[in-house]
Amino acid sequence: MSIRIPQLCLVALVGPSGSGKSSFARRHFAATEVLSSDTCRGWVSDDENAQHASQDAFDVLYYVVRKRLAAGRLTVVDATNVRPEDRKRIVELAREYHVFAAAIVFDLPERLCQDRNAARADRQFGPHVVRSQLQALHRSMRNLQREGFRYINVLRSTADVDTAQIERTPLWNDKREDHGPFDLIGDVHGCYGELLALLRELGYVVAGTREQPQVQAPAGRKAVFVGDLVDRGPDSPGVLRLVMHMVGNGTALCVPGNHDVKLQRKLAGRDVRITHGLAETLQQLEGEDTAFLQQIERFVDGLVSHYVLDGGKLVVAHAGLSEELQGRSSARVREFALYGETTGETDACGLPVRYDWAQDYRGRAMVVYGHTPVPEPEWVNQTLCIDTGCVFGGRLTALRYPERELVSVPAMRIHYAPAAPFPAAPEAAATAAVREGSLLELGDVAGKRTIETRVFHRVGVREENAVAALEVMSRFALDPRWLIYLPPTMAPPATATDGDLLERPQEAVAAYRHEGVPELVCEEKHMGSRAVVVLCRDETVALRRFGIAGDGRGVIYTRSGRRFFADRALEAALLARLDAALESAGIWQELASDWVVLDAELLPWSAKAQELLQNQYAPTGAAALAALGAAETALAAAIARGVAAGEALARVRTRHDAAQRFVDAYGRYCWSAQGLADLRLAPFHVLASEGNVGLAREHRWHLGLIGRLAAADPALIRATRHCFVDLSDEASVAAAVAWWEQLTAEGGEGMVLKPASGLARGARGLLQPAVKCRGREYLRIIYGPEYTEPENLQRLRVRGVRRKQSLALREFALGIEALYRFVEHEPLYRVHECVFGVLALESEPVDARL
Amino acid sequence: MLLNLTTTHEPATDLGYLLAKHPQKLQSFELAFGRAQVFYPQADAQRCTASLLLDIDPVGLVRGRGDGSEGPLAQYVNDRPYAASSFLAVAIARVYRSALAGASADRDALAQTPIPLEAEVPVLRARGGEDAIRRCFEPLGYAVQLEPLALDARFPEWGASPYWRLRISGCVRLRELLSHLYVLLPAIDGDKHYFVGDDEVDKLVAKAGDWLAAHPQRDWIANRYLKRRRSLVRSALARLLGAEEDEVDRAEQAREAAEEAIERPLSLNEQRMGSVLSVLRQSGARKVVDLGCGEGRLLGLLLKEKQFEGILGIDVSLRALDIAADRLHLERLPPSQRARLQLAQGALTYRDRRFEGFDAACAIEVIEHMDPPRLPAFVRNVFEFARPGLVVVTTPNAEYNALFADLPAGRMRHPDHRFEWTRAEFQAWAEAVASRHGYGLRLLPVGPLDPLLGAPTQMALFTRDA
Repeated sequence: MSIRIPQLCLVALVGPSGSGKSSFARRHFAATEVLSSDTCRGWVSDDENAQHASQDAFDVLYYVVRKRLAAGRLTVVDATNVRPEDRKRIVELAREYHVFAAAIVFDLPERLCQDRNAARADRQFGPHVVRSQLQALHRSMRNLQREGFRYINVLRSTADVDTAQIERTPLWNDKREDHGPFDLIGDVHGCYGELLALLRELGYVVAGTREQPQVQAPAGRKAVFVGDLVDRGPDSPGVLRLVMHMVGNGTALCVPGNHDVKLQRKLAGRDVRITHGLAETLQQLEGEDTAFLQQIERFVDGLVSHYVLDGGKLVVAHAGLSEELQGRSSARVREFALYGETTGETDACGLPVRYDWAQDYRGRAMVVYGHTPVPEPEWVNQTLCIDTGCVFGGRLTALRYPERELVSVPAMRIHYAPAAPFPAAPEAAATAAVREGSLLELGDVAGKRTIETRVFHRVGVREENAVAALEVMSRFALDPRWLIYLPPTMAPPATATDGDLLERPQEAVAAYRHEGVPELVCEEKHMGSRAVVVLCRDETVALRRFGIAGDGRGVIYTRSGRRFFADRALEAALLARLDAALESAGIWQELASDWVVLDAELLPWSAKAQELLQNQYAPTGAAALAALGAAETALAAAIARGVAAGEALARVRTRHDAAQRFVDAYGRYCWSAQGLADLRLAPFHVLASEGNVGLAREHRWHLGLIGRLAAADPALIRATRHCFVDLSDEASVAAAVAWWEQLTAEGGEGMVLKPASGLARGARGLLQPAVKCRGREYLRIIYGPEYTEPENLQRLRVRGVRRKQSLALREFALGIEALYRFVEHEPLYRVHECVFGVLALESEPVDARL
Repeated sequence: MLLNLTTTHEPATDLGYLLAKHPQKLQSFELAFGRAQVFYPQADAQRCTASLLLDIDPVGLVRGRGDGSEGPLAQYVNDRPYAASSFLAVAIARVYRSALAGASADRDALAQTPIPLEAEVPVLRARGGEDAIRRCFEPLGYAVQLEPLALDARFPEWGASPYWRLRISGCVRLRELLSHLYVLLPAIDGDKHYFVGDDEVDKLVAKAGDWLAAHPQRDWIANRYLKRRRSLVRSALARLLGAEEDEVDRAEQAREAAEEAIERPLSLNEQRMGSVLSVLRQSGARKVVDLGCGEGRLLGLLLKEKQFEGILGIDVSLRALDIAADRLHLERLPPSQRARLQLAQGALTYRDRRFEGFDAACAIEVIEHMDPPRLPAFVRNVFEFARPGLVVVTTPNAEYNALFADLPAGRMRHPDHRFEWTRAEFQAWAEAVASRHGYGLRLLPVGPLDPLLGAPTQMALFTRDA
């Protein structure tokens, strides 16, 4: 016999001891799906038959049931479950997690059970036990349905048990196999004309007559109606006929709206209040024949509360659906899907306050819904309401999925006077855009986390690092809506093992060559401060795309997410110049975007590092020069007296020279920066623009755009000198090394070597996106004035580059993930999670000098 | 770093006997952190100078001595190899050990005789400025000559360096000069290169026992020498003064109390806390969350009142929370008391469900530490989601700043303040918040009321509409 149960449900095995439940469960379910009360008794008491331990055993069992159901796992409870009070808990648990309860009953002859128990040494509890279990079962069996079991199967013989096959069927709402693409259509409310216009706009061919429509969908597409087909509008019957036809011929899916359900109840003869436009519908239906009315009644009655589509990536429900209810089935799921939820409070007018579930939504599936008319569809945490109030004179809107493209047609007129003025005032729309970002949840960032990244793998963030990041993020960082990226740290190559250098290009070249990278780009490393520039064409773009109002058209921030300039006018002036340069270089047009994010170095170093220079670098230099100068004088005087101190003097002179070189080194990167005219911006990545994660692209693209940008405003924008290196060509490599030597001899910081293709993979996965080779003189700023002394250099060669490399990769993966998520319009918390992760990783204890 | 000792006591070359270092030789001494060398740039009958040159291993300072241990410093770029510091003190004690002890095999009488001596330190860091140096040496009878060192001549706008070339001269016993330098150079410098442990107290007492007790800067010197470790400072002072430790404790407490008494009429913080407390008391609130509790000043007051049954202190700084836990003796509270108080890290701009379910929320001197664009997040967090019956917000009144003598015009009271509002600005903000979120509003001044400029602190009481 075949036993049908839903793919997700809570199954109770019901039958006396010895009826063969456990061996049945072993045969038909995965071992991890079956929770046995005997096993739990064993866990808590070391004796599977210890009846005194039952209470604790069931506590454990129910605890695990909860965890499994919350995670959406089919679960089987293997206990006798013969008494109604045993089964009550099971039904309650199923309801709590919005899954069906199923019962598989083992109503086998008493003799059989008694014999089986007698054959087992651990079940010597006397025949009365089984007898009373069977009696209990028989007394209550017929009530199973009333108890709340939706799927009931009874096995009455060993033959039944032996031949049984379990068939797991998907739930009605489970359309994960249907991958669309879809056209999701908002609340129609009887606006037949607008619906025809919208369908045609979407590319549907609507032929036939109003009475007998013929609809063809554009290739492979399918319409999905979010419900509320009827009421208020001029032609609800026309809409119903069209949609029923489309659902019937497979060109559409439809979920019910509260208005549809109310109409159905009326048609089914129930007593409903004729309000909110139902009167109009009933009037329109007056001329229709009974068969059509019955058809409507059956159609709406057969609609499923919500659909889970496209592998679980899309959920459609009339009033939306919170994550824990998606793909589940219960009265509450249906209530939520039809009406949404209220907080239990009432507002000033005595109306129930709606629970803003979208604000709290953290699910991965996109939820598209209607129900509440909005002036503009606004993405809130991956959810979108597409009811744009057509019947009130707004528009009828569709969302193309997966394109995320909105298509709408205007209402032909105001069909129905709204209770409140519609569309709402434009500032209401602005508020909605701003609201999503303005409040992230602590739970989005705190504690130990793992973040899925598409270019690497899961990146873990430890709790203590998150704690540190929270302090920095909340006290010093910018508004998180601006902060869509933080740059990763960059690793040096393996340390040179000989010579008088710690870093040089040869090691980097060897490492990339070893991984099979064909071509590198070497870019000069600008010695300034890292700056990420977010620039919108104007403030309306900032509001629309970043949800930021009244904070300018963009921002420049540091590698830890702080605003670069305290002087807002200076920031604005720099952004304006950059905008003009992007315009005159034709880059805005080329990117086809009205916003862009650049990765850059802002010079001079002293503009940002003033405090460091004044409190650390300059004092060290001043102290070194004065102390070593005095020592030199004293030693020279001693030598003049004939003291044999030549060696000591030579050493002090070497150190004095090193100190002078140190002072020269930092001084090179400093100049007085009074205003915009003294600043230089050296961009090297076009990180992102609309529809484009630039960071994933090859460096020729970046350098080409940046070259043009620099040419457009050479006074402000510094081009990044670079060369491409063919790793199969020794001469090409030698030229790059020679260039590095020349750059660093002139006092340059050094160069960055990157795979020319941008993202590059080797045998062990993602490769370092960039490796920095810093010059000998520059490194004095890092390792101190005297690091070049051979005995110092020897010790400094021992350094943990590996950890730094691992950190660089993880941070890069998070950074680019943040950009992907932003470009793909993912909700703020998903972007922020990655950005926060970069900051948290930065607090890992890794040698800061690398 | 370098230390030059000079005498003009004739024959000046006797300095060689006193220091037990031959004037014609360059002598080297290996120390844990580098090498010391002694030589004489000048040695004639009229004037003799001994130089102690200390060559510190800069890599070892960060990396340790190659034995797997870490060095005392985190930064390679630092002034420790060059500026006179505790390293020099250790070198003095090692290289001039007998002279520091007042012993001289060949010139014992001279060692016990005050002679004209001069000490020169080419680089001494004094963050406290010239005065700090003078206050240390002048009471001991030295003539002090100081010459400031430039920070970087190429960038005059960076200002002065914290370094001085120091020359002191006086007629003292060599042992005294060395002992003064041994204690005062590290104290002025302010950094101790090694862990400050109990034996540091012994060293201080041994080297400075006879003169430090009478030095007018005694407490400052002991504090700095022991790098502000309070318990060590107390036991050091106790031993210097020959007093019992708890006596010193009492003396210290008395001093603090006196200071508080002077401040009392001015202690704005106390008035603020008092006002907040009385508001909370009158409101009948039982559960209170202190948003941005800092080191727990308000929490301590709340804990003393039975009315407050559930108290939650939230701060984003773990350090502040640690200090709060310490100050409130969290670990020593009896269980019934302990259960009333929770401390947790949280950020006010992230929605946090732990803030829900309280009768009252306080944000005392908190909002001015947030960037203005982040304020709406804080407001939604508190007024839209947590929605306590009462919200108390205090913030400085910028107008009153004009009355603070020590505050230059246009400056804010605290470097971390992102804004300070006038009464009108605060009122406008508070009214908007109250009306948007359904709260009633009362604004109150806290602190002495100036007829024109108002009170130093402004307080807003938001009461949720029924």
